[in-house]
Amino acid sequence: MNSVPTILRSMVLWVPDWPIVAGVRMAKLPADAPLALIEKGLVFACSAAARAEGVKRGLRVREAQARCPELIVKPYEQQLDQRAFETIVTAIEELVPGVALVRPGICAMKVRGPARYYGGEKPAGLALVGLLDQLGIPGARIGIADGPFTAEQAARTATAAKRVRIVPEGASAQFLGPLPIRLIEIPALVVLLKRLGILTLADFAALPADDVLGRFGEEGAHLHALAGGLDSRPITPRVPPEELDVSIAFEPPLDRVDQVTFGVRASADDFIQALVGHRLVCTSLRVEIDTELGDYSERSWLHPRSFTAADVVDRVRWQLQGSGEVDTGLRSAVTVVRIVPEAVDAIGNHEVGLFGAGPDERIHSGLSRVQSMLGHAGVLTPVVSGGRTLADRQTTVPWGDRALLVRQPSQPWPGQLPQPAPATVFPTPHPVHVFGPKGEAVEVSERGVLSAPPAQFSPVASGRNLRRITAWAGPWPVSERWWDADAARRANRFQVVDADGVAWLLVLESIGAAGAEWSAEARYD
Amino acid sequence: MSAAIDTIECMFEYGEMAPAAATLEESVSSVDAVRDLQARIRSMQATKLDSRLIPTHPAIADLLPGGGLKQGATYSVEHSATLLMAVLAGPSAAGSWCGVVGVPEFGVEAASSFGIDLERLVLVPQPGDQWLAVTAAIADVMGVVVTRPPKRASDGNLARLAARLRQRGSTLIVLGNWPQSEAMLTLSESSWSGIGNGFGHLAARQVTVTVSTRLGGRPRSARLWLPDPELKFVAVEAPGNAESQSEYLRAV
Repeated sequence: MNSVPTILRSMVLWVPDWPIVAGVRMAKLPADAPLALIEKGLVFACSAAARAEGVKRGLRVREAQARCPELIVKPYEQQLDQRAFETIVTAIEELVPGVALVRPGICAMKVRGPARYYGGEKPAGLALVGLLDQLGIPGARIGIADGPFTAEQAARTATAAKRVRIVPEGASAQFLGPLPIRLIEIPALVVLLKRLGILTLADFAALPADDVLGRFGEEGAHLHALAGGLDSRPITPRVPPEELDVSIAFEPPLDRVDQVTFGVRASADDFIQALVGHRLVCTSLRVEIDTELGDYSERSWLHPRSFTAADVVDRVRWQLQGSGEVDTGLRSAVTVVRIVPEAVDAIGNHEVGLFGAGPDERIHSGLSRVQSMLGHAGVLTPVVSGGRTLADRQTTVPWGDRALLVRQPSQPWPGQLPQPAPATVFPTPHPVHVFGPKGEAVEVSERGVLSAPPAQFSPVASGRNLRRITAWAGPWPVSERWWDADAARRANRFQVVDADGVAWLLVLESIGAAGAEWSAEARYD
Repeated sequence: MSAAIDTIECMFEYGEMAPAAATLEESVSSVDAVRDLQARIRSMQATKLDSRLIPTHPAIADLLPGGGLKQGATYSVEHSATLLMAVLAGPSAAGSWCGVVGVPEFGVEAASSFGIDLERLVLVPQPGDQWLAVTAAIADVMGVVVTRPPKRASDGNLARLAARLRQRGSTLIVLGNWPQSEAMLTLSESSWSGIGNGFGHLAARQVTVTVSTRLGGRPRSARLWLPDPELKFVAVEAPGNAESQSEYLRAV
């Protein structure tokens, strides 16, 4: 045999159902909510409450919802998983240094230091479990054994009653032996070994090491060593990332927007200075706001170029004030504001040229000034999007944000209006009245038949200011989203030209069984 | 001073035209001569240098005083968003940024199809009470600004805004009346083609665009397609007028 490798006594912390724990924490749901995280249309993870109703991993969303009608369905985001675990790892690092992150929900550390400090392996494990309970994560398990692989299996076999499982030194092979072969986590090899009649780790470990190396190569030899409890992998503690976040706590909590923004100002300067110190600029940041009543608001802000301190202060203010005025009071007082950089870039890519960066920079600073007067959504850039109604066909995006088109204009959209498009599109359609030649109201039957040709109409709700119709076309029926009771829409559209030569787009909108209402959606003027 | 010139102009007109009224051609040339003389008088009378023109859509450039939109000047457009887009299309296509303040009903799709570049278009739909400040801030950075005053601003504020426009070289287009506008564009006699009584759809429109200037010269007007069936703004050719219109009716 080869020389016996040094095997490190390791401690592994495992939080069962970490994606669910993270999802519940981030969405601020009650701990016993039935939650399912979905990836590619299948259930990726589900909470205990959902599992009790029969939801399990790999079900289709529809079937999971059928089994548990009150199921809360959210998309699975790996990024959120990692972000939530990051805070836990930081807290553990304060207790036990040198934590290696295995994957979100699992981290490993050397046991020798903590065991000496707490006076034994078990007290060390209990201290860690106690810390996690304090952080509001019940149910964390600890495994202590020779090598991280064995320790992880020990943690996974720990029970809710006995949450720290210790495998004594040198007893790894004995502990791992009866466990199934699928734990080696290479599906192709697992299938092959099962065909060869090797069903447990002990069977695999019993094979001669040289033969395994010859048949399965380096990787197989490594797994063979793991199965035999000879996990010689070192634990490489992670390098804690540079702390670029800024957290501003207000004591006592502040309930006015202008006070909060004033308080944030100095920290925003520090935030930008720290970034500049690392030769970075921030192009996207996240502002998180905690309030006294437990409300939590989080929003990502993009910047077309890079944030300056004043821009950061503006973003905090816009997030707080929503559409209100600067001096309005908040619903509950703000306790903490956190500014987290989401995307940073090397400062060299954003350096202003010797003669300035041309007109774009000037335009951006001018528009930012208007935004600071009117709020983030006060200055808009328009985009043409797809759709049948005129309101659907134009999307506006606040200056600085990226447009996310839900409906693509390149798709055909049968039923859209013929060109030319109207130059005046009313933000909200206003009610009008349309009359036939004898002054009767014009209606359209279920089968799309007009009761009378439109002869005159009044462009105001009161029905005065009657105009003669000189030409008209329609009805053009639109029946959208009939499968969704809330979003369904049935309407008949008309183009009419009045005696002054102004053309209008009138809509006869069906409102359930109650009948239909005329409104003007746009004007061709 | 201007009253005196008016009398001179009247003398010109009556003095020249009375003997030559018999032949039409001569009277046309005399009208041109009068216009030339008026222009000369105006340029001698002007208190400022000729300002530079910004690229203007050819369909309306000839109607405007000076042959195009001027930097730092104000124009007013009445009752027509399409006419406004015709004014914006020229500068926007030439690469200038346009800002639209206080016009929530601005039709973006139409603007895009009439040749306004949406990449360089910024909307401020609800400026509220701060419209004058917002308009001035936008005029600082953009070549063309459109605004609709919700109420009459004081003369002092208007003068300040005009000074700022002149300094920055931006052109202001006001929807509605404006006391110091260089020219006022209005639209009349609009007739749609392509639509009948219960059939077809709106396809093209002919209108008469009239430009009247502050200096009180004779308003100039022209018959334009606004838009034509290919969504372009072009002048209507006089002889083919009736035929082309009936053709479009048949085609639809």
